[in-house]
Amino acid sequence: MSITKHINDWIDERFKLSRLKEFLAKKSVPINKHSVWYYFGGVSLFLFIIQVLTGIMLLLYYKTGEDASYESVQFIMSKVSFGWLIRSIHSWSANIMILAIFIHMFSVYFTKSYRKPRELTWLTGFVLLILSITFGFSGYLLPWNELAFFATKVGTDIVGSVPGIGKYLLIIIRGGEEVTGSTLSRFFGLHAAILPGIYVVILGIHLFFVQLQGMSEPSEIVKLSLEKRKSMPFFPNFMLRDILLWLVILNILAILAVFFPMELGQKANAFASAPRGIKPEWYFLFMFQTLKYIPAKVLILEGEFFGVLMFGLAGLLWMLVPFWDVKTKKGYRYRLVNTVGLTVLLFIIIMTIISHFFS
Amino acid sequence: MDIANSEGKTRRDFLNSIIGIGLFGWLLTIIYPLLKYIVPPKMREPEVKTIAVGKVDDFKPLSGTIFKFGNKPGILIRRADGEFKAFSAVCTHLDCTVQFDEKIKLIWCACHNGKYDLNGNNVSGPPPKPLTEYQVVLKNKEIFVQKET
Repeated sequence: MSITKHINDWIDERFKLSRLKEFLAKKSVPINKHSVWYYFGGVSLFLFIIQVLTGIMLLLYYKTGEDASYESVQFIMSKVSFGWLIRSIHSWSANIMILAIFIHMFSVYFTKSYRKPRELTWLTGFVLLILSITFGFSGYLLPWNELAFFATKVGTDIVGSVPGIGKYLLIIIRGGEEVTGSTLSRFFGLHAAILPGIYVVILGIHLFFVQLQGMSEPSEIVKLSLEKRKSMPFFPNFMLRDILLWLVILNILAILAVFFPMELGQKANAFASAPRGIKPEWYFLFMFQTLKYIPAKVLILEGEFFGVLMFGLAGLLWMLVPFWDVKTKKGYRYRLVNTVGLTVLLFIIIMTIISHFFS
Repeated sequence: MDIANSEGKTRRDFLNSIIGIGLFGWLLTIIYPLLKYIVPPKMREPEVKTIAVGKVDDFKPLSGTIFKFGNKPGILIRRADGEFKAFSAVCTHLDCTVQFDEKIKLIWCACHNGKYDLNGNNVSGPPPKPLTEYQVVLKNKEIFVQKET
């Protein structure tokens, strides 16, 4: 008996691995014209793993503090061997991860994969999106440069516009009344400890649901007889395709990091004017552009609060789509859901383009 | 066996509610210090009332300069007629720091394109109110900015 077989039997006797093997052998992925979208959840997962690994590596040299953060990132970029590569991959991967999550979300939305019995998978996915954006926002401040400083001032000031509790929330988020080294400490704790902990738990639940229920199939295919529904074994057929795509993405990341390394910019200075052409990360651009169009007062509400309220309500409706999509049960098409989805998608794309190219 | 009183309440119901209230109180004693902990303590900073910004000749007409006023930025404007004006440089919209724009000859905020005239009044864009104005005092060709008391 070989050693591997021996070890295998030893573990199997105690943990019944044969059941897991049986599950993996049976696990399959449906093949249909929408199959390409099945890859984007995996891509988001892969990019998250890259984030964790490069994030841990950055922790070896990164320091927090008004007098240390900018300098330590500068040190990573210029002195540490391949420091520029690790940091550039970390921030490129963050951006592409948000993009992959958006593609994943819209594909699930338009193929109506959130319908019964997958409502909770959609909900946990939405929570992961919010957490990912919070990851992005908190990580953006950590190099303590001019752009990050003003982006954080604006972003947190918007929270402060909520009537009543806004002032307290602002102080809790900033660690004081202004954006200072205290804010940096809080954002660092959030970015490197609190968020990863929560994220891993929710991601675990999200993936567990997917394993329990399998991949969703479009309603017109579910109606077909079992013989006509095609599928592919997950292990190894689909997994190898997954891994191939992940390798392609890793190469794209490396190319981006080498030819378009992330800049560090000027160090934050609380006594300098906001620089010309200041803009937030691309995934905030549509909200940023919308805020520019909202007047100072809407009815009795302050403009910013009105904007926050509208985006909050829209987000809530979006999160709850499995519950107001009333045609879920019958598996019909539902024009309203498609119209809402297209409107949201077009709004985001148009506002982002206007903000990026025309202002 | 539970013995009920005239209202149908048993001794167990009574004990359950006592335990429930106790548990709630116990939770509060845990949550309260945690909530208090995340609110940062108020730091008392000496309040700056007056500050010297520079000599009159250091500033050409139609210009704006950011200066430190305590822990906040201020902006000193010299108008075309040579008169000085000083404001808080904190944009009333979303807390960015404004600047003097030489092209449009207005006070301008780069974050959301808010504009103020040289009297600090919000004239265009999202700012909801004028910039807070400070007093400018000239003494022997030296410029002092002070907060109204």
